[in-house]
Amino acid sequence: MSESHKGGLLLGSFDKVVDWARRSSLWPATFGLACCAIEMMASGASRFDLSRFGMEVFRASPRQADLMIVAGRVSQKMAPVLRQIYDQMPEPKWVISMGACASCGGVFNNYALIQGVDQIVPVDIYVPGCPPRPEMLIDGIMKLHEKILAGEYRHRLAVSK
Amino acid sequence: MSKASAALIARLESKFAGVFALSASLGDDVIVTVDPSRWIEAAKWLSTEGGFGFLSNLSAVDWLTREPRFEIVYNLTNFSLPQRLMVKLPVDGNPPSCPSVTAIWPTANFHEREAFDMFGIVFDGHPNLERILMPDEWEGHPLRKDYAIGKVPIEFKHLSPGV
Amino acid sequence: MSDIVKDFEARAQGAFVEEWDDSDELMTINMGPQHPSTHGVLRLVLTLEGEIVREAKPVIGYLHTGMEKECEDNNWRQSVTIVTRMDYLAPFHNELVYSLGVEKLLGIDVPERGQVIRILMTELNRISSHLVWLATQGMDMGAISMMLYGFRERELLVDFFEMVTGLRMNHNYIIPGGVWQDLPDGWRTPVEDFISIFPRKIDEYETLLTNNPIWKQRTVGVGVITQEQALALGATGPILRATGLDWDIRKAFPYSGIERYEFDVPTATEGDVFARYKVRLDEMRQSLRIVSQVLDAIEDGPHRNMDPKITPPPRKELVSSMEAVIHHFKLVTQGYKVPAGETYVSIESPRGELGAHIVSDGGSNPYRMHMRDPSFVNLQSLPVMMKDTLVADTVAAIASVDPVMGGVDR
Repeated sequence: MSESHKGGLLLGSFDKVVDWARRSSLWPATFGLACCAIEMMASGASRFDLSRFGMEVFRASPRQADLMIVAGRVSQKMAPVLRQIYDQMPEPKWVISMGACASCGGVFNNYALIQGVDQIVPVDIYVPGCPPRPEMLIDGIMKLHEKILAGEYRHRLAVSK
Repeated sequence: MSKASAALIARLESKFAGVFALSASLGDDVIVTVDPSRWIEAAKWLSTEGGFGFLSNLSAVDWLTREPRFEIVYNLTNFSLPQRLMVKLPVDGNPPSCPSVTAIWPTANFHEREAFDMFGIVFDGHPNLERILMPDEWEGHPLRKDYAIGKVPIEFKHLSPGV
Repeated sequence: MSDIVKDFEARAQGAFVEEWDDSDELMTINMGPQHPSTHGVLRLVLTLEGEIVREAKPVIGYLHTGMEKECEDNNWRQSVTIVTRMDYLAPFHNELVYSLGVEKLLGIDVPERGQVIRILMTELNRISSHLVWLATQGMDMGAISMMLYGFRERELLVDFFEMVTGLRMNHNYIIPGGVWQDLPDGWRTPVEDFISIFPRKIDEYETLLTNNPIWKQRTVGVGVITQEQALALGATGPILRATGLDWDIRKAFPYSGIERYEFDVPTATEGDVFARYKVRLDEMRQSLRIVSQVLDAIEDGPHRNMDPKITPPPRKELVSSMEAVIHHFKLVTQGYKVPAGETYVSIESPRGELGAHIVSDGGSNPYRMHMRDPSFVNLQSLPVMMKDTLVADTVAAIASVDPVMGGVDR
């Protein structure tokens, strides 16, 4: 972005401004499933404050959210529900798979669990841990911010055409 | 074995002679196996005059190689003494079935649904016997010993799961 | 009256609907499983008549993890890691009840210090679980700052858990034989600090909520359950104690040396949401009382039963003793075998009676490991609490039952 000398106008590519706006207030949809949900709530609470990223509003309705943090193990019964919530979110949307169970099935490898939520929805960031510390989740969110700023969404649209 | 446990066994024997057989028990536990034909009658007595008005737990066990194959375990609690009693009910048949105790201890509702879902045991007289943990259209009963655990092979590691 | 008017009235009689019978206008709506206020993946199918709930049917299974089957596939020591993830707000309790069952089957004792450490961790866990309950109950009812206060205090406890066990949650610390490792140096300081500041914090929450007219209007008389209904439905814990019965497994079937400590069992009589709120607040105070007594009662000694058939020998012995190496090798690769038998043990978890029915066939894996989870049984009291109440009160009722879906679905 460039600045003009007098008057203080900030010029820049419109795309970059949009990317910056998108990453600065990602609103997560409430999708806490199991133990990782408690750590997600802890990262939204006062010590690990997600509000500094503009993310403290966990929207109940997926239609108002642009980030889905899948926090916890996804069972066979929950999988269609997860896909339905993902489909209801409007573009642009991103998914963080939080925890080992959401990323790859975690500690459990049996009939009852989906071995990784990427079997159902496309995932942008995987945060390992059982459960990941709130700092790890925030690190994952910040990496997602970098991805968005680097123009990931336009790349995805271009690739999918 | 403590006096209270011995007294309980004596009382059961005097009221329902030959119905309850004492299994091996640990320490102070009273574990009895009940004759299926007289279980409901005994259960009604246990829940009222017997003092065991609270059903703490109802679980099922699959003894694959034994006959009968399944067993339902009832853990009863007497609040006033306090005292615990474990009653084991052998279940056979195809599909395995036994009478429901929801009329005696209403808390058994969810427990029996879980035993049905996980083991396929049908409880006669249950108000709403359908699957509770697995999806409704699931086939098979996961906790049976002949149902595989369903491990997914670990990709790129050339290892079979369980290693 | 003129003829025109009379004529009009005569013809108009049948046109107006006088009595509209809407008693069969029932509407079934779905609440969850993805819902901000259902405390995890609980789905409720509500049958409403206007704003009144006529029937509430809980549908569970959205977090079913197959943990009981998984335990049959892992050895006795490994199953602690699975069991701890069931009721994820009270992981020490899950581990404790499982370990008590296995120790009973093994016929071993836990040394004194191990027992005291177990009580310390489980009672602190009770406080942290009730803090999460208070945070979510407050947030669900609109007192959003309660969420921040609850989690702020919980962070202090979770820091202590991390100091002792290495993890903030799902600790894998209380194992058959004792506890995995001894308390670290300097453990007293965080506990003493917590004991000194927490009573003031509970008073703060009481000031915020207990006499708050909005809180009372939303909780008094809401979600009522009688003692007979609670007993019949198997509800235990704060739900049963709020109806007047002082049933607490810690007093009835004491475990791990808890009978040595003085504490009261708080009860209430109304059986509504406010009663359960008061009971849980008082339970936090009583747990703090137990923790203070633990600080005086703890003595030096082994924290684990060092029987080499069950516990790997200390690392420094591995250098000098061949036997120690062999024991260590066998325990790590195969695990120990537990004699055939079956037992049921239960403890008082923050939600009620947490029981474990463990069956062994003499092998190195559990043959059957069933947990009697309190939330699974307590959920049966939800339809009774919600019957013929307003739909706006369902959220308060669910929060007061405090279900943890990890334990419900296992």
